[in-house]
Amino acid sequence: MKRTNLTLWLAAGLVYIFLYVPLVIVVIYSFNDSRLNAEWVGFTLDWYYKLFNNQEMLLAARNSLIIAVSASLLATLLGTMAGLAIHRYRIRVLPFLVFAPIAMPEILLGVSLLLFFLQILNLTLGLVSIIIAHTTFCVGFVAIIVRARLQGMDDSIFEAARDLGATPWQTFRLITLPLIMPAVVAGALMSFTLSIDDFVITFFTKGIGEPILPIQIYTMIKIAVTPEINAISTLFMLLTLLLIIIANRLDSGILQEGKKS
Amino acid sequence: MALLELRNVIRRFGDFTAVNNVSLSIEAGEFFTLLGPSGCGKTTLLRMMAGFDVPDSGQILLDGQDIANTPPEKRPIHTVFQSYALFPHMTVANNVAFPLKMAGVASAEIEKRVEKALEEVQLSRFAHRFPHELSGGQKQRVAFARGLINRPRLLLMDEPLGALDAKLREDMQRELINLQKEVGITFVFVTHSQDEALALSQRIAVMNLGQIEQIGEPSVIYGHPTNRFIADFIGKINLIAARITQVSDKTMTLEINQLGTTTLPLKQDIKSGDQGVIAIRPEQVAVHALAKQVEIPHAYTGKVLDFLYVGDVTTYVIELDSGIRIEALLANSSPGRARFFEVNDPVIVSWPQEAIQFLLDQP
Repeated sequence: MKRTNLTLWLAAGLVYIFLYVPLVIVVIYSFNDSRLNAEWVGFTLDWYYKLFNNQEMLLAARNSLIIAVSASLLATLLGTMAGLAIHRYRIRVLPFLVFAPIAMPEILLGVSLLLFFLQILNLTLGLVSIIIAHTTFCVGFVAIIVRARLQGMDDSIFEAARDLGATPWQTFRLITLPLIMPAVVAGALMSFTLSIDDFVITFFTKGIGEPILPIQIYTMIKIAVTPEINAISTLFMLLTLLLIIIANRLDSGILQEGKKS
Repeated sequence: MALLELRNVIRRFGDFTAVNNVSLSIEAGEFFTLLGPSGCGKTTLLRMMAGFDVPDSGQILLDGQDIANTPPEKRPIHTVFQSYALFPHMTVANNVAFPLKMAGVASAEIEKRVEKALEEVQLSRFAHRFPHELSGGQKQRVAFARGLINRPRLLLMDEPLGALDAKLREDMQRELINLQKEVGITFVFVTHSQDEALALSQRIAVMNLGQIEQIGEPSVIYGHPTNRFIADFIGKINLIAARITQVSDKTMTLEINQLGTTTLPLKQDIKSGDQGVIAIRPEQVAVHALAKQVEIPHAYTGKVLDFLYVGDVTTYVIELDSGIRIEALLANSSPGRARFFEVNDPVIVSWPQEAIQFLLDQP
């Protein structure tokens, strides 16, 4: 008994070490006063200072934020609608159509979107094409979360609203939307994090001359892994972590309420 | 004119006919119950009255107006759901205020009426609580207050007592009867529990396989079921195969399986040769100790096979000499009952002639 426990802890510990030590190293070296990622010299904020003076990098960050915000808003709107539709109309093919892009290899999605934009829509690649691409793969995630929320709820609540005099629109505004709000917000945050660090699909659907953060980082690494990259990675990590914590909070809120009702 | 009238209502789901040509009328101020086993179509019928479902054919008339295609929010009919369906993100007060808000009542007026409604159901202290902070009984009272606050013409209830424990259910049954008398609103109640139906209703419609089998007062449904299904479904009953051997102007003679013949007043549409069952309620069966040796008409000897003591009454299963099993319900307070019978005790079983009902086999 004791022995299995020990092995279990050891295995778990190793998993977490492999997961988090590289991240911790990146954070530590972003404050290292040396060009080399080899030894600790002293504490500095130089790399962050350099980062905020790097025009190309700032532009990339700005572009990525524009894309992530637009794509997550669009995906939240469409995904919520899809989640509601999947829950309400039991059409077998509907969930498949909405959720398939989640399971699809990104490379496949990237290539097919590229062909679609160029050959069918005749779209000039740029921010718009990336926003559309990101929206397509985020919709499924929002829909899944919203549907899960609806599945945990008693459908007669919505019937009760109609029964007591609410029109379909009033029922949505006063009952459905407030009740699914935690799922909608969680879906939006999830879409944002998925969009801001997406590489593969962005790589295929981006235009020339518009730097996008993950691709910009990759381009810099090709030359050398500078502490500046550590700095941007740290900031990036912080933002993602924050969003994950918020989404998680909302999600556990959903579970709690589910248990109560 | 009836308050609510259903004419030849049919509702199909694919190949399955949930409601098959149902016609009934409900009078204003009535406590009307739809009773039947699960899957008999009672809930589908209720949902069509509420407007959540639309009949494939037939009419639903409220005050003579066909409302079959009117959306639920436009009907002066409210529903109390089995799950209560309280809005989880709203306080008790806001839940109860909801129908008034939807009707566009002024907010000062809403406040007054909600306060009064909560007082009536003794929930004033809970006005600012959320539904998940209430007990089952409290939730239910909120659901009733919410359903009744803007005086609907009809209150529909889908097994609203199903989720409560036995003791609380009995209290709520009493409260429900009083509530209905006070507000004078027509109640339509759906249940699969015959006890509940008998206790609450002024009239009961017994449903089976999408059709109404019998409509009547509880005592009529219980005392004079018109067919074997109803007799079997409502309460416990002894059923013994029987055949009509002779029919005269006013009487019919039956040959009861292994128990000889008996003559009863003639029932409608009965002819010689008809097959069926005789039905006798367990509480109509008398059980005597064999030693008594009194001359009782229509008495049969047998022995006690089994019994179930439940406090106020004891149910005996008695096997007659002919092998037929009879259930008898004896009140434990009945005068002259010197002792309990034990398993294997020899006994005499009898029943009064008027307790016998002949029911035709259904085609």
